[in-house]
Amino acid sequence: MNVLIYLVPMALGLGLLGLFAFLWALKSGQYSDVDGAALRVLSDDDLEK
Amino acid sequence: MTETLDLSLYAKPAGDGTLDMELAVDGIACGACIARVEGAVKRLPGVTEARLNYTNRRLRVAWTNGAVEPADILRALEESGYHGHPFVPMRAEQEEAAEARKLTRCMAVAGFAAMNIMLLSVSVWSGNVTDITPETRDFFHWASALIALPAAAYAGRPFFESAWRALKARSLNMDVPISLGIILALGMSLVETANHAEHAYFDSAIMLLFFLLVGRTLDHAMRRKTRAVAGNLAALKAETAHRFAGGELVSVPVAALKAGDRLLIKPGERVPADGTVLSGNSEIDESLITGETARRKVASGSTIYAGSMNYSGALTLNVTAPGGAALIDEIEKLLDKAASAKSRVMRLADRASRVYAPVVHATAGLTFVGWLLAGASLHDAIVTAIAVLIITCPCALALAIPAVQVVASGALFRANVILNAGDAIERFAEADTVVFDKTGTLTLPAPRVVNADSIDAELLQIAARLALSSRHPLAVALSREAVTRAPYEGAVEEPGQGVRTVIDGAEARLGSRAFCGAIDQGADSLLPKASASAGTNGEGDAGASHIYFSLRGRGIQIEISQLIRPDAVGVVKALRERGLDLHILSGDRPEAVESVARALGIEQWEAGVKPADKIARIEEWKGQGRRVLMVGDGLNDAPALAAAHVSLSPISAADVTQAHADAVFLGERLQPVLDAVELSRRARILMTENLWLAAIYNAIAVPIAIAGAVTPLIAALAMSGSSLLVTLNALRAGGRKP
Repeated sequence: MNVLIYLVPMALGLGLLGLFAFLWALKSGQYSDVDGAALRVLSDDDLEK
Repeated sequence: MTETLDLSLYAKPAGDGTLDMELAVDGIACGACIARVEGAVKRLPGVTEARLNYTNRRLRVAWTNGAVEPADILRALEESGYHGHPFVPMRAEQEEAAEARKLTRCMAVAGFAAMNIMLLSVSVWSGNVTDITPETRDFFHWASALIALPAAAYAGRPFFESAWRALKARSLNMDVPISLGIILALGMSLVETANHAEHAYFDSAIMLLFFLLVGRTLDHAMRRKTRAVAGNLAALKAETAHRFAGGELVSVPVAALKAGDRLLIKPGERVPADGTVLSGNSEIDESLITGETARRKVASGSTIYAGSMNYSGALTLNVTAPGGAALIDEIEKLLDKAASAKSRVMRLADRASRVYAPVVHATAGLTFVGWLLAGASLHDAIVTAIAVLIITCPCALALAIPAVQVVASGALFRANVILNAGDAIERFAEADTVVFDKTGTLTLPAPRVVNADSIDAELLQIAARLALSSRHPLAVALSREAVTRAPYEGAVEEPGQGVRTVIDGAEARLGSRAFCGAIDQGADSLLPKASASAGTNGEGDAGASHIYFSLRGRGIQIEISQLIRPDAVGVVKALRERGLDLHILSGDRPEAVESVARALGIEQWEAGVKPADKIARIEEWKGQGRRVLMVGDGLNDAPALAAAHVSLSPISAADVTQAHADAVFLGERLQPVLDAVELSRRARILMTENLWLAAIYNAIAVPIAIAGAVTPLIAALAMSGSSLLVTLNALRAGGRKP
């Protein structure tokens, strides 16, 4: 069972990665307009004509 | 005359030579609007950024200082079919946004910690009944401690801070037992881990924290959503005033007015601030302030109040009290008194926690003493007493009421009721007497044509279209009937008399009787005699006003009056069926009140009631043990709204009035009043049910804990189970109809 010595910290590290990704998304305002984001993805304005 | 619009009040310097402005945008209907709104604004020279928040319908624009005027941005929006309203985010809203972010971060941290600790804990639980080695178990416990302690220190702050504030004020709230339970559970688990024990309670403590944070975050999000809608509506309502600057007139937002400013108030406009009239003669409608629908004549030297409607002539006003500060002294004094009386109402949750905390702490103390007396070791007695505290940690109790509040305020939001106060739901449910104001509450805020059925439809249409050219309030009311929304070209308004234009070679006139009859003497006899009686104080429908129209020797008399809200009769009936006692207290004349009361079948009504009398009546009912729900919109109602047990006001109400109401309702219908009562009553039942569920859970769990039989597995199951049960029960508050 010695494998747990590095497997558990690794699992924790991956979890932390997810947590920080969420906190970063929150901080950069990605949750401030949830409805708008769903609609903006449908617009083609940013494409080169 | 083109008038410049000065919006510099709203533009905020952003530091790098750019200015920043936030606009509430009206008319956004679909996803395509995002690109259209942003595109329209970005095309302007100098605009560096335009971003529309679709969720709260707000547009943020940044531009290089001097390159473009804020008014141009509004015009660009207007041209593409949207209305923009400059917006100053309220301080409270910004604070709440910061609070919401903090709660979400705490919830994310607690969620991460809870999931990882549960993984480790489930391994330990299953290992304990199979073949886990003590070394592995210790490793897992230490790993849990490593996650739990920093996570709790970070995510528990909202609870710890609130509990600390309560303790410093020498009182107890629900956060005190929560904080105590979490800290004790973590501390004991740490000691047990150091002693290589089989059980640790890190999972229970962190799961508890996570559940509670989810509840609080949702509660907060709901409140913020309603706050944002209310903020936008306030921005939409914000009006501009015409200020004399040198020899010119400049449009400025009402918020920018200062005492001593000189304003021009055109006919058909609301008076933006308190002041004295310098010149001009007019009639003003003060129904929003006093409830009185008859107009008052004003001339040079008269004092007029913000919110009055200017009817017939242009006035020059010297501002004495700008903007929202404008309040009649008497009303202000009454308000202060009434508002302080209200804060004494205690919330259901506080009552529950006041009973709960001492009982739990006493039980834990007795358990400790009991086990010591029974001969248990000090360690075992402490462990058991702490187990009692952990298992009774009021997770279900703390969720019982907020969970219902979240769901019920969502349902109210869909029913067009926006809550100002979080605990208003409880108080709505308790109401047994409903007091209505008349003008603007039972009746529609704006007058309407009432005799459309009895006059020539074709003439009415022409008259209504002609009315589009005038800003006189009666013409504005008439113009709502117009199907074709384009005004006639070449329409001329004669101030104080009416509008005229030439249609197919014949002159059409709309306005006073004398004005319409003056085309030729013959037409005068064709004009119908004022029905029932002459003049504006007709007896047929008290408070009705008449406007006349003539074309080619044909004339009609159009009657315009305050109409009762379309569904008022049904709502009043439904409220009575629910056992509520209904009253009307109005500042208007008895004839006007009586006709409305009779139409609605409300027998108890009083007219000509002054603000102080309204409060006196409400206090009298309170003295009889009644819980009064006050529904009103006028400035004269504001003190009564504050004095009542719970209050509701339509969105058309004066700002000060809205600020003192517990909830605001939208739309033309009275249905939201009924919905508010219905949904709140159901929510109240569910709150009580939830409190009982939490109590039953404790009644089962506490004896097990006192007996010392609680393992972490039982604790986790019992606590999560009861929280889930309470939350699921709360969801029932959201159904559309009971």
